[in-house]
Amino acid sequence: MKKIPSLHVTQTKEGFSITLQGAWVKESIQKLELALNALTCKPKMNYTFDLSGITEFDTHGIMLILHHVKKLEAQQCSITRVGANESLEKLLNICEQHYPQEKIVEKKEMFLLSYLENIGKDIFEGYKTLSSFFAFTGELTHYVIAAFLKPLTIRLKATLYHIEQSGAGAIPIILLTSFLIGIVIAYQGATQLEKFGANIFIVEMVTISAVRELAPLLTAIVVAGRSSSAYTAQIGVMKITDEVDAMSAMGFSPWNFLVLPRLFALILSLPLLVFFADVVSVFGGMVIAATKLDVSFVEFIDRIKQTVALKHLIIGLIKAPIFGCIIATIGCFRGFQIDSSTESVGKYTTISVVNAIFWVIAIDAVISVLLTEMGL
Amino acid sequence: MKNHVMIEAREVVTRFGKHVIHDGVSFKIHKGEIFGLLGGSGSGKTTLLREMIMLQKTSAGQMLVLGTNVMTTSTKMAQKLRQKWGVLFQFGALFTSLTILENVAIAMKEYTNLPDWLIEQSALMKLSMVGLPPKVAHMYPSELSGGMKKRAGLARALALDPKLLFLDEPTSGLDPQSARAFDELIITLRDTLGITVIMVTHDKDTIENVLDRFIILGHKKVQFEGNIELLRQTTDDELKKFLS
Repeated sequence: MKKIPSLHVTQTKEGFSITLQGAWVKESIQKLELALNALTCKPKMNYTFDLSGITEFDTHGIMLILHHVKKLEAQQCSITRVGANESLEKLLNICEQHYPQEKIVEKKEMFLLSYLENIGKDIFEGYKTLSSFFAFTGELTHYVIAAFLKPLTIRLKATLYHIEQSGAGAIPIILLTSFLIGIVIAYQGATQLEKFGANIFIVEMVTISAVRELAPLLTAIVVAGRSSSAYTAQIGVMKITDEVDAMSAMGFSPWNFLVLPRLFALILSLPLLVFFADVVSVFGGMVIAATKLDVSFVEFIDRIKQTVALKHLIIGLIKAPIFGCIIATIGCFRGFQIDSSTESVGKYTTISVVNAIFWVIAIDAVISVLLTEMGL
Repeated sequence: MKNHVMIEAREVVTRFGKHVIHDGVSFKIHKGEIFGLLGGSGSGKTTLLREMIMLQKTSAGQMLVLGTNVMTTSTKMAQKLRQKWGVLFQFGALFTSLTILENVAIAMKEYTNLPDWLIEQSALMKLSMVGLPPKVAHMYPSELSGGMKKRAGLARALALDPKLLFLDEPTSGLDPQSARAFDELIITLRDTLGITVIMVTHDKDTIENVLDRFIILGHKKVQFEGNIELLRQTTDDELKKFLS
């Protein structure tokens, strides 16, 4: 039968005798702690702990006993333990031997001080990231030039694999989103143009905005979301499992094996994806033009030939490899930043996508302003 | 209570697709034993260990842990069972987002109503027991060496004073001196806390000095069951490889 854990204190001539009984295990500690806390602690007295009644014990129970023994010892009381059986005595000794000597307290800092410190840390981290990004792009340029000088070193198979994964794999979602964007522009334009009876201008409106700006931007954003996160996570996990180190140690350059195939894959596949997106978004516009504005498909295409300059299509397609380059570079750079903790995989994958999308939009804005100012 | 059976495998069969790993593996592990699962690479030692701790399902047969069939038990019972054992994975498998102290303390925080100071003190004591200096308590796993991670993993496995302790290659990757200290620690824990230890190991010193009994897996079956004295008498060349 299990005895209810308890402790009894009796006063003797020499001091106090404390009898411990029952199961001193983690389940009963809450109760026992209250009882032990009630124990009055008088300095320079003799305390005898009678452990013979203990039926069950674990390290937590022993910890509780030891904690109070140490507390009494700090008051210069003398402690004697009696009645412990062999295994209890053994465990007691081990626990006593490993009893944490002093509490390790984490430093607590003043709020303002730590606030300022954090600002400083953030700025320094930002500076470090920026300089390592420049180092990364510098090295990348070096390896790209080296690859062009010796084209045989380009990993064709890996490049094709990434074209399939990041390019071909993205076609369905890109087609769907561009079609919808074409519909949206045409629909919003249609209601405005109808008021002026300028129905036919839907052609320029849809075609130029889609082909020059929206299709490339949308494609780049979708690819950034899909591939820059994938690249970061792939390279990061390879770093955690030491695969990257293994490659370097075996003389396989991670640049040639990991970075360049991804970079070339996106530079090659983004223009193709953008072209698909151009066609489908214009088609989306044509569908709305035909149903809402009575501009037939034939009229629409004739008008494109007459009024929409080819430069718009070319500008859109030229931007595509630039976006691809941004996405792949950021994806790989963030991947190499991942260190040994699993948490950093999530952190840098998120940062990678956010960065890639931001820079795609930012660079697009710069190009847009530049080209318009140049009169193109 | 000497022959109290803690774990019993009855005709366990494990298949991955068409690939058969175990074909009728049976053995018993008694209370207070340090039991070894031995065998060559790919013989399914770790798989067997994973089946005991419900990380993997057996294809046929029964696996009884503390009298419960882990294959058919309810979720609630399984959860209770999980608190009665501690597991040390081969590479420690510490939670990287927590400090070492938090790693050890998390089971106590989640499953017991111990006061916070006692949890912290217990965790620190367990760290000291496995031979880690107090200064690592507030470090993160990524700052520790492989051997230290393993020790911290053991401290975490011991957090709830488990009845069963599962160790997956506890001494691999440790220097010889630490490995022997680890062996001694396991014996001490068994002697004092009455823990039953089940370990997968290749270490010949551990096999000789620590294991009370062991099985050797090979050709999908148990090739040998017994202790080191019994193994010394064997004439089988394949089994002799496990002797130093």
